[in-house]
Amino acid sequence: MFSFSEIKKSLLISLWFMFLTFPIMVIRVNTIYKTIEWRWDRMIMVGVGSFFLSFLWRFFIGKKETGKKKTDTGEVQQLTWIQRLTENKKIYLPSLVAISVFVVLFPFVFSMYQTNIMTTALIYVVVGLGLNIVVGLAGLLDLGYVAFYAVGAYTYALLNQHFGLGFWTVLPLGAAMGFMFGVILGFPVLRLRGDYLAIVTLGFGEIIRLILENWNAFSSGPSGIANIPRPGLFGLHLSLHQNIIYMYFIMIGLAIFTIFIVGRLQDSRLGRAWIALREDEVACQAMGIDKTRTKLSAFALGATWAGMGGVMFAAKTTFINPASFTIWESIIILCVVVIGGMGSVLGVICGAMVLILLPEYLRAFSEYRMLLFGAILVIMMVFRPEGIISNVRKTYKFEGLKDNNKDNS
Amino acid sequence: MEPILEVKELTKDFGGLRALDRIDLKVHRGQIVALIGPNGAGKTTFFNCITGIYQPTKGEMLISPGGKEKKSLNGLKPNHVTKSGLARTFQNIRLFQNMTVLENVMIGRHCRMHAGIPGAVFRNPATMREEKQVVEDSYRLLEKIGLEQYVNEYAKNLPYGAQRRLEIARAMATEPFMLLLDEPAAGMNVKETKELDDLIVQICHQEKISILLIEHDMKLVMSLSDLIYVVDYGKKIAEGTPEEIKNNPDVIKAYLGEEVDA
Repeated sequence: MFSFSEIKKSLLISLWFMFLTFPIMVIRVNTIYKTIEWRWDRMIMVGVGSFFLSFLWRFFIGKKETGKKKTDTGEVQQLTWIQRLTENKKIYLPSLVAISVFVVLFPFVFSMYQTNIMTTALIYVVVGLGLNIVVGLAGLLDLGYVAFYAVGAYTYALLNQHFGLGFWTVLPLGAAMGFMFGVILGFPVLRLRGDYLAIVTLGFGEIIRLILENWNAFSSGPSGIANIPRPGLFGLHLSLHQNIIYMYFIMIGLAIFTIFIVGRLQDSRLGRAWIALREDEVACQAMGIDKTRTKLSAFALGATWAGMGGVMFAAKTTFINPASFTIWESIIILCVVVIGGMGSVLGVICGAMVLILLPEYLRAFSEYRMLLFGAILVIMMVFRPEGIISNVRKTYKFEGLKDNNKDNS
Repeated sequence: MEPILEVKELTKDFGGLRALDRIDLKVHRGQIVALIGPNGAGKTTFFNCITGIYQPTKGEMLISPGGKEKKSLNGLKPNHVTKSGLARTFQNIRLFQNMTVLENVMIGRHCRMHAGIPGAVFRNPATMREEKQVVEDSYRLLEKIGLEQYVNEYAKNLPYGAQRRLEIARAMATEPFMLLLDEPAAGMNVKETKELDDLIVQICHQEKISILLIEHDMKLVMSLSDLIYVVDYGKKIAEGTPEEIKNNPDVIKAYLGEEVDA
């Protein structure tokens, strides 16, 4: 491990880091006295730090590689720890109970601020699970997903502004609008795949945003729509605090509903067709699967959840404008799916929690927040490229002709 | 008796290149028909035209599974061709790698199932019955093909010969009246080829599925086929029984080149 070449490598790395960080770490311009301070001591710190960290980095990379080799040579497919966890009823049930208790007590134990960001994270869970259908299951890379999110949000805002419709009326309408737009935008892009599809969907996402930004008469442009009411509860008057708790529980309900429906869709004739489509499009079609319908259904069903998430987003923030629906938002949702683990429901939930909650809790590190966030993402992708929880897809298992139920693999 | 597949003057141009030139072909019920020819002769193009992956430039393709009314395949999409009873395998294996063997076969059953989105969400009795039935049917099929020991394995982990057989199983799951096999023995060893030979005969005789196959393994072709078509440079140069083809001077010329007079 501590051979000469290793030390040389680390030395090179530390030199490189010293060079890279030189302008920001060493030079400091004192604007009052108009002088330059040279903080050479910092350079030494960077050098020593990166020297030792590079050893640590290589140690973990090496560990990961030997681990991979072991699973490659072993004939039997190793279960991941999470699969073993869900297999074992003794651990699974109590942990489920513990999580439910935690979820119910959360808004009463923690502050309003905490509840609020948890609600945001839950919106991303719902939207992420929707995108998971499109990207994770059907394998269609959609970079304009936020368009459907915007459709949902503006459906609520506009219907409320013009017709005074309430949250509960618009929630299914928002879902329906999402579905409809999914079909409309889905049709022209169905012939494309891979990179081309990504670029075209990116374009569609921007088109929707630009329409909202420039069509003043329709969407009041960049100034957005304000005073969107929060969800109502049988006409009761709720204080802000109560309302935040109420929205939290709505989101919990919606998230459970989403998990339930997406789980069932994934585990059906249609879900199998989606996965087959991801695996091999030509073979899929040759096996009698209607490519157009399957792709369109994935696109539209994915968009449905974005529509619902959008309605909830509008109700939560009470103000929307096109700036909330930029490409950055699409990327975040895509990150939720990819980092969580493509195609796995549990993975997407974890991904949303990590990606949305982490920047909030990193606020303690103030200006280093985004730096740390970026570093965590890079480390995650190096060590777990398949996502936090990967491939816990239910596979069909055959267990004799008499009782052939599906089971977790 | 009417042929179950009749191809009339099938022509396919790729730009200026005529890949298929007025090919006629007939397959009757219960026959095993082979399509042979040197590399690049247009055999796979022919398959792709029949199965709807390519649209032919000219020509007609008719099927009559019941032996009565004829149905044209022209302009049908691949999934509709499969639905009307023609299933195919691929020259380079195209399994769904990250799905289990059982799931691969279940995908083949897809076009004979009916459950839609509401069925998936509500899991009504009809859907559940269908799902149960498909698992059972798929397993029975795997038993027939002799892959039942791999039922819960991922397709990518199967040995090569088994992958080829799984492709045939998947195609058979679509309930075809005719199978189109594109080089099923490619890359197989002698033992595996022998097993494949038996399997094809079994499919043809027990399951009453007619077979059209492309193959380079002459021993296999000669022992299996009732009828052989030979194509070269997109043209049909011969048709006949294995005996006739063996002695046909045009075929020998296409495969071995022309004899040069000294």
